Amino acid sequence: MSNSLKKRKAKDIIAAVFARSFLIFIIFLALLIIFGLFLKARPILSIVSLPELLFSSSWHPMKNEFGLFPFIIGTIEVTLLAMIIALPICMLTSIYLSEYAKRRFREISRFFIDILAGIPSVVYGLCGILVVVPFVEFTGELIGIQTTGYSLLAGGIVLAVMVIPFIVSISMEVLRMVPEPYRESALALGATRWETVKYVILKKARSGLIAATVLGFARAFGETMAVLMVVGNVAQVPKSVFDAAYPLPALIANNYGEVMSIPLYDAALMSAALILMLIVTIFSLTAHYALLKLGKTI
Amino acid sequence: MKKRKLEENIFKGLMIVSLLLVFAALAGIILVVAVKGLSSLNLSMIIETPKGGYYLGKEGGIANAIVGSLYLMAGATISAFIISLPAALALQKEYLSRRFADFTRLILDILWGTPSIVYGAFGFVIMVFLGMRASLLGGIVVLTLLIIPIMIRAMDEAIRLVPFELKEMAYALGTTRAETTLAVVLKQSLPGIFTAVILAFGRGIGDAASILFTAGYTDEIPTSLLDPVASLPLAVFFQIGTPVPEVQARAYAAALILLFIVMLINIIARLLGWRFAKNIVR
Repeated sequence: MSNSLKKRKAKDIIAAVFARSFLIFIIFLALLIIFGLFLKARPILSIVSLPELLFSSSWHPMKNEFGLFPFIIGTIEVTLLAMIIALPICMLTSIYLSEYAKRRFREISRFFIDILAGIPSVVYGLCGILVVVPFVEFTGELIGIQTTGYSLLAGGIVLAVMVIPFIVSISMEVLRMVPEPYRESALALGATRWETVKYVILKKARSGLIAATVLGFARAFGETMAVLMVVGNVAQVPKSVFDAAYPLPALIANNYGEVMSIPLYDAALMSAALILMLIVTIFSLTAHYALLKLGKTI
Repeated sequence: MKKRKLEENIFKGLMIVSLLLVFAALAGIILVVAVKGLSSLNLSMIIETPKGGYYLGKEGGIANAIVGSLYLMAGATISAFIISLPAALALQKEYLSRRFADFTRLILDILWGTPSIVYGAFGFVIMVFLGMRASLLGGIVVLTLLIIPIMIRAMDEAIRLVPFELKEMAYALGTTRAETTLAVVLKQSLPGIFTAVILAFGRGIGDAASILFTAGYTDEIPTSLLDPVASLPLAVFFQIGTPVPEVQARAYAAALILLFIVMLINIIARLLGWRFAKNIVR
């Protein structure tokens, strides 16, 4: 009897060690990605200084000039543009679904929003080429601006449509976390639905909504294919939203095939990947702690 | 009072407009891809591989990409499942201190948010280091890394929903942690785990940036793990970039097939989730 108990205990401990070792593998993996990218990116610093890498606009790999500034600006601008378009729509939609819609309608809507979120990025890119690019070209013509349509604005619109379902589904969950009594007491005091939302719900859910926004921002920041297909890919600092831009992920995706022929080209691209990874990590950390805070206040 | 009513109505109107915009985007995407794709979709697109002159608009299909994507995702889903399930089970509070579990969840959040192009670049670095060329194996490894955080997070959520009272009952009967996990936790969270696997599959099959340098592209159906392999998202991407209209039309067809697979997977995952949920103790 006690022998079989020993056996069971031994099995339990082996299982625990086995399962935990997989978790350690995951943590190791995260460190390995950052460390690997860092090691590969470091040689670039031997020919250009860090400020030069980040803030110089001259990108001529043949002449050993690696200024990532146009690409960094391109990424930031296309992401900001997408967020400006997406955020009001996201907030209004998630407030409606969480506070106004009936339960059944909410469930059905969530289903469709999940489907929208699951659409592959190349399909978004394809629709961008077919619909958004001609639309931007047409708009440009209307207001008298020469543009091919492949522009910052097209990238921003496509990216906005991509992050909307993502932000909406998180925001909706956050809003549903606000306990029912808060709503009831506000309504009982004679507040309208909107006033309840404005003065009570949004205050309570604030850090969660910030987290949703930050996660959406991070998602948009690293999105590659859809943006690459519509943004024009010209290494310049865009002057208007109708100009072409060249975000960091597109730079990596477009050039990785031919890196071997030019020395240090791959180090430059790896430093681009490292910048992406670090910025997205900062966003993820912010969102993670904002959500923890939300969990504590509610 | 009138002013308050007005404000209420204005915002409600704006909300409905936003909601309609979101639905219109979904309907628009499906419509555009369906209309464009259906006109160039035919049987030979699905069952033939590209023949000579295919990229100038001659005969052939994208069977290489369809089969390639399925190979890639079958490999990646299975290997990610083998890693994710024990990892997700180890996140239970019987196995880890609260702080370590929180730390691991933080790392998972970071990995989950890491752009797929970064996974692609990282995968490429590793492959160069090992002297590997772009291949099915490389693609599977990178896709595995990409979907592991998605899978673990979704599994963790399902496992955390198992009521602790249920586990306590098992422990009171004298079971060990491993026995409780197998007999109670796994059984209770099975639908959630299943949904997690399907959703990860759906995310992985549509991803192009991670396999751009690691899986390569070829007109053949791979016969070994070390052969390069074609995939649907890259079939869309490469064919839309050509100047030949017939080839571009095939990009639409490839996109339609990809969209169909992804939507089917999402719908199956939800329906199964609802169905299974009925037999679970909550």
